[in-house]
Amino acid sequence: MFLISCPYCGERDQSEFVSGGEAHIARPKQPTELNDDQWAEYLFMRKNIKGIQFERWNHVHGCRKWFNVARDTSNDKIEKIYKMGEQPPKI
Amino acid sequence: MSKNLRINNKHFVDETRKLSFTFNGKKLYGYKGDTLASALLSNDIHLVGRSFKYHRPRGIMTSGSEEPNAILQIGNDDALTEPNVRATEIELYDGLICNSQNCWPSVKFDIGGINNFLSPLLPAGFYYKTFMWPASFWEKYEYFIRKSAGLGKSPSKQDPDMYDHRYMHCDILIVGGGVSGLMAAKIASDDNKKVLLLEDKELLGGSLIYDDSDISKIDNQKSSEWLKKLIDNIKKNKNITIKTRTSLAAYHNYNFLLARQNLTDHLSVNDRNNKIRQRLYKIRAKKVIISTGAIERPQVFHNNDRPGIMLASAVKKYIDYYGVRCGLENVIFTNNDSAYETALSLHKSGTKLNAIIDIRDNSSSEIVNQVKNLGIQIYWNHTVVDTKGYKRIDKVTVMKLNDKGNDVIGKKIDLNCDCLAISGGWTPMVHLFTQSGGKLRFDNKDNIFVPDKTNLDQLSIGSAKGDFELDDVLKNSIKDTKKFLNIENSNFDKIDVKCSKEKEKKNIWLLPSDRPLSKTKPFLDYQNDSTAKDIKLALREGFKSIEHVKRYTTTGMGTDQGKLANMHALGIVADTTNTNMGDLGTTTFRPPYTPLTFGTIVGRNVGQFFDIFRKTPMHEWHVENNAKFENVGQWKRAWYYPKDGETMHDAVQRESKAARESSGILDASTLGKIDIQGTDANEFLNRVYTNAWSKLQIGKCRYGLMLNEDGMVYDDGVTTRLGENHYLMTTTTGGAANVMSKLEDYLQTEWPELDVFLTSVTDHYATASVCGPNAKKIINKIFKDLDLSDESFPHMSFKEVKLGDINCRVMRISFTGELSYEINVEASYGKYIWEKCIEAGKEFNITPYGTETMHLLRAEKGFIIVGQDTDGTMTPVDLQMDWIISKKKYDFIGKRSLYRSDTVREDRKQLVGLLTDDPNEILEEGAQIVKDENKKPVDMLGHVTSSYFSPTLKKSIALAVLKEGKQLKGQKFLVPMIDKTIKVTVSDTIFLDKENERING
Repeated sequence: MFLISCPYCGERDQSEFVSGGEAHIARPKQPTELNDDQWAEYLFMRKNIKGIQFERWNHVHGCRKWFNVARDTSNDKIEKIYKMGEQPPKI
Repeated sequence: MSKNLRINNKHFVDETRKLSFTFNGKKLYGYKGDTLASALLSNDIHLVGRSFKYHRPRGIMTSGSEEPNAILQIGNDDALTEPNVRATEIELYDGLICNSQNCWPSVKFDIGGINNFLSPLLPAGFYYKTFMWPASFWEKYEYFIRKSAGLGKSPSKQDPDMYDHRYMHCDILIVGGGVSGLMAAKIASDDNKKVLLLEDKELLGGSLIYDDSDISKIDNQKSSEWLKKLIDNIKKNKNITIKTRTSLAAYHNYNFLLARQNLTDHLSVNDRNNKIRQRLYKIRAKKVIISTGAIERPQVFHNNDRPGIMLASAVKKYIDYYGVRCGLENVIFTNNDSAYETALSLHKSGTKLNAIIDIRDNSSSEIVNQVKNLGIQIYWNHTVVDTKGYKRIDKVTVMKLNDKGNDVIGKKIDLNCDCLAISGGWTPMVHLFTQSGGKLRFDNKDNIFVPDKTNLDQLSIGSAKGDFELDDVLKNSIKDTKKFLNIENSNFDKIDVKCSKEKEKKNIWLLPSDRPLSKTKPFLDYQNDSTAKDIKLALREGFKSIEHVKRYTTTGMGTDQGKLANMHALGIVADTTNTNMGDLGTTTFRPPYTPLTFGTIVGRNVGQFFDIFRKTPMHEWHVENNAKFENVGQWKRAWYYPKDGETMHDAVQRESKAARESSGILDASTLGKIDIQGTDANEFLNRVYTNAWSKLQIGKCRYGLMLNEDGMVYDDGVTTRLGENHYLMTTTTGGAANVMSKLEDYLQTEWPELDVFLTSVTDHYATASVCGPNAKKIINKIFKDLDLSDESFPHMSFKEVKLGDINCRVMRISFTGELSYEINVEASYGKYIWEKCIEAGKEFNITPYGTETMHLLRAEKGFIIVGQDTDGTMTPVDLQMDWIISKKKYDFIGKRSLYRSDTVREDRKQLVGLLTDDPNEILEEGAQIVKDENKKPVDMLGHVTSSYFSPTLKKSIALAVLKEGKQLKGQKFLVPMIDKTIKVTVSDTIFLDKENERING
């Protein structure tokens, strides 16, 4: 069970959060301009890497804010937590 | 008691408190402080069970949680009985009742023992190989396998005991209250750290506390005396919490740990009343120190499993701690120095030790020399090749090892004994370390796996880390703890430790015998009856990975999780395949470390607290009026209101008729409600719903359909424009929380530029929905000043009105197809407004109806229920709801997906109506729809999603999804059921009032 430091509330138990999958996949501004393959790339394709993965988490049973987490999937260590809209850190 | 097995004991057993207990129907006695195992041994009982596969007689082997044999059924009450309890761990209490498990008719005469003679027919993988074919017979085989494999019986009645959960937080958690753990606790608490110390036994001190040897000294005192002072000292420290009888079950990431405390299991049954039985601690520790010690390994030789063969350390503990001799004629068989401590304890207690067999060539350490000086016969470079005695060992046969240690030479020597104490070295308890994700390293010197790399803030010390000699344990524990806690000085810095140092080491995983391996039974895993032969067979048959060997042979898969067996299994695999043990790796240790009761896991979350439920403000009224409830999400919703003896069908027919013919009332409070405010609220709705919202006027309502980005229907509901920048969205009851999360997600991450605020107000409002031809008259009676004319208050509009001081939001919207008003009030007035409606509707036979009738009424109108008629694979086009997709909007969630190659397929499953050829035949929801029953395999074309008997139409109606359904209106299909096939015809989805005349009253 992780301990996650919500950027707005501080350190809380994992049970207060939900994971929202890979981060930094922006919704295309003009979906209608995309062909099926391009749209499918946005819609379905997600990475599942061993190592540092950038993810979205939501403090759903707390402040309800979304934020980003850089997590090492090999040991679940959270390397960095940063707010929505911020650039992914170099790790 | 015929034999004098109890010796005068000073410290740990209270001989003034005699306790009686019953084993297999026989009344016996022990003392306060005994475990069940020590009490049995003091009554000269070794034989306590039969082995799993061969039903061989088995005796108590250990004194701890690694016990593979002495697992008993405790208690004989249907509710309280507990199977698989280790006799070595349960403290004796007055009136304890226990029975052997895996034997019939009795432990002394067990018919299953015939398996022992059939054993050549029962090799590793026997069950896998034999019971595979034919596959259809598996169910029959399973019955017999389960019966013969029985490991105790579970209680058949509800557990009456109370269990508890508690969170704990600490700076330093120390697991294990032996000498290293205690020293770490002292160092940490002296440094003002908040320390939590867990010990699974009743008393602190580990194995050093009962050590009576003169060889090991700490600060020139007897080590046990020194330790007692340390414990007294620690107990005075205020910032340390000590929990005894508390065993760590699981060590998860981020230093989150679970521990179970036994609170009443050591009390007599009468003293347990109204007390919590076990408590589960959920611990968050900043740092963790593991000082769980080590367990002794057995040795692997032919017939090493007879009752009376025990670990040497256990024999020592039974003498020194419990004052119980395990035998009167003892022999020790060892490969290391530690068993010589047992020899000294036997000697000191005046117990006869016939001989020591040591596979090493010689040893000249201090402790061995001391034993030599006592004149005890030591057979150096010898091994045990066989044992005799069916229900209790009576003889060991010994032979000399050859130079390589892979064969035996010379003459056989027979030695009499009734207890054989064996020691094959020590294994650090690294289970918790590996559970936490730590990686092990193999130490070739001691043939052990020791903790290596970890990502967590944790430290292993003492023998859990691989230090086995007292000076190493103490000095390294002090040094490592100080470094771990960043402490410069401690009270132990000048500690002086004296102990014997082991000089010779020798290890043979599988000891040779004068017989071929195939004619021997060298057991590895006692509980699962797997032998060295089985391991070798698995390897011959091509299993290479240790994980596969484990599963094929079941080695290490018993309730003891292979605490004794695993190292030998690995060693034999490594030797046979010529691999380094370190390269082989270990099997995975999974929580719990020792079994947990279900009660401990669920704690207080039983009965009505198993899952929380939500009640509407009108709930009490529904209860008083005999409602049956159904669970919708976490809500309890009124399902139907049966009147004197009505069946559900009868009640639903009556409720539906009343709603159509006069008036009905529904508690709609559970619908999700989201308050949306902000200057961009309108733009936001345009983006999240498929239809257009720009032109919705203040005071008007609109139905909306929400998609996922993949184009599939996600939720639906009516949204009302309350003000210029103020909307109230309703969602489905079950989808409310998810919709809220999804909308927040888009707002915060994709469209942060929008000025929109969302507030969940589901619980803030109660909703009574009054429908039917007389609804207007009823509402008029309640709100006398409200103009209900179609001009002033048309369908899909909203009025704010006061009833006394109560603010009411009245919406004229309909899910039933009838003229209908929804009154929303603050939740605390919910019951008041509901009763007001009932009272006003009395003269119109206002009939409360539940969710079942609601479903029927809407199905007559062809309105979908998201989650019932849709399942995450339906687009609005599939639902024949093309009208709700705005053509003008540039974008909305899911729009692009509506013209992916997959979503535009013509042959997708689409929503249709179904009419049965026999109007009285009601289809079953979920039933499959087919065209041709005889074609094999049958093409499954779709399934029924909603089905009812309509009292208004006097026929059965159904909604279904059907491949290419849109184009199949009028065509006939079949719905095959278990006992008949029902003929159906595809129809329109709207069965009643296609022209929407009723909605206007």
